[in-house]
Amino acid sequence: MITVKGLTKRYAHNTAVNDISFEVQKGQIVGFLGPNGAGKTTTMRMLTCFLTPSAGTATVAGFDILEEPFEVKKRIGYLPETPPVYPEMRIAEYLTFVGRLKGLTGTDLRSRVDYSCERCAIADVRDKIIGKLSKGYRQRVGLAQAIIHNPDVLILDEPTAGLDPKQINETRDLIKSLAGDHTIILSTHILPEVSQTCEQVIIINRGKVVATDSVSNLQGRARSGESVLLEIGGRNGGIDPVAVQRKLEQVSGVTRVVFKEDGQRRAVFEVEGQKGRSLRGDLARAVVESGWDLNELRAASMSLEEIFLQLTGEEAPAELAEVAAGGQD
Amino acid sequence: MRNIWVICSKELRSYFVSPIAYLLLVMFAVIFGFFFWNSLGYIVNMTMQAQMEGEPFPMNLNEQVIRPLLSNINVIALFFIPMITMRLFAEEKRSGTIELLATSPVSDWEVIVGKWLAAVLMYALMLLTTVFDFVFMFKYGNPDWKPVVIGYLGLLLQAGGLLAIGTFISTLTRNQIIAGAATFGVCLMLWVLDWVSQFETSTWAQVLSYMSVITHFDSFAKGVLDTKDVIFDVTVIFLGLFFTARSMESLRWRS
Repeated sequence: MITVKGLTKRYAHNTAVNDISFEVQKGQIVGFLGPNGAGKTTTMRMLTCFLTPSAGTATVAGFDILEEPFEVKKRIGYLPETPPVYPEMRIAEYLTFVGRLKGLTGTDLRSRVDYSCERCAIADVRDKIIGKLSKGYRQRVGLAQAIIHNPDVLILDEPTAGLDPKQINETRDLIKSLAGDHTIILSTHILPEVSQTCEQVIIINRGKVVATDSVSNLQGRARSGESVLLEIGGRNGGIDPVAVQRKLEQVSGVTRVVFKEDGQRRAVFEVEGQKGRSLRGDLARAVVESGWDLNELRAASMSLEEIFLQLTGEEAPAELAEVAAGGQD
Repeated sequence: MRNIWVICSKELRSYFVSPIAYLLLVMFAVIFGFFFWNSLGYIVNMTMQAQMEGEPFPMNLNEQVIRPLLSNINVIALFFIPMITMRLFAEEKRSGTIELLATSPVSDWEVIVGKWLAAVLMYALMLLTTVFDFVFMFKYGNPDWKPVVIGYLGLLLQAGGLLAIGTFISTLTRNQIIAGAATFGVCLMLWVLDWVSQFETSTWAQVLSYMSVITHFDSFAKGVLDTKDVIFDVTVIFLGLFFTARSMESLRWRS
């Protein structure tokens, strides 16, 4: 549905988007994830034909954004970061105006306005003045505006920004319910949003794509085998971390032991094991049999947050390159 | 064409849902009424004096009332034009609705002409308030109506040009006040350029004087329709809208 090839946007002093390529299949919800200033909005603005790219191009629903912007615009519903509403207008009046802009007329226009109001749960306030609505309602008007012409593709820039938790949930449910009819790209810098709403995720940082994959694959790829965090305490007085480390390394299946921190009467280790082997039972037994206290034992699973930091952070360049290379296939 | 009307009617509505339209109409009607009253009072006074002294006073409503009146409206209009155009694009840029317009399947030209047309219609409505005054003049006097029509045509054409310039300036900023002030400055400059002809006769002075809108309004006020002046006004309109289109296009590169 959407194919992006080498899209680049350069400004006088910086490159906001640098040679981005990805594909989105029909009917998918794709999360566009990245820290603030990563180039999410710029990419979306190029896809919606608001900005002209410096290099590269993209096709939306089979139409090139440079060759046939009119056809692309007809097939895209776009919700910018701030809903593009006129505060002095009433909701129904505003949606009618947008519908006309998108080329709807007559009974078709009226039924689409009714449908969008219904769908976004604003039918009961449709005669209210937009300027007097709460932020949550304004966001819904923004969504209604985006779906008014029944576009193939919906592009939503931070659709939940600035909403309270209840409104965020409502908006997410609304977006999910729209997925059947439209292909959706939504940008966000909030991670749980991606795991809750999206099937596919594109992580970008500093104008480059760092990873493209499904949410579950991404979590799987970032860690190879099981990894366990152990906190061990000494019975009387201190413990010898070197001895503990040697002991842990002898447990079968363990591939690597990392000494993480030293307390007064405790030490923390991260232990990695081979793929498909459960380490926790053996580790616990080994610690207790050696006469130490096992204060804590938990699986060091990698949250999306950690993956995100790993991928976008500077401190892990090796892993970053690895996952990014994996993302290309 | 349809899209132009969609944009234009939306703009007109937003003039009328905010106080701006009523403010402009009322202020203009009151100021024009005052001018009208003044010039009529003056000529009535002159005629009575002439009668008492037994001298026939050559009374000509067109020459002595309408012509100066039209020139005066033109000056007042100068103050009103920035108020009409300043929000056209500046407001859309500030609130982000420009993204809606620019990502909808309408061309920049349709957006620009639609907005400009709304501004021209707003101005025409302002002029329409002066009909009340002219109804009285035609009821109690007997002026020639053709020069009046040509004078109004001149007002509209000249305002069309200045409104196009205002529309252009409005695309340059997201601050309405800046757009309004800059438009006022440019309009005023275009107005007073003619003054150089009072002391200079060089080619440059002639060019400057030719660029002044007032040079081209004189014959309209006299009731003379000169193609030279019509072409001047139409050129200003076209240039103003052309620069607006270029400015809109540059948004797509800079954002």
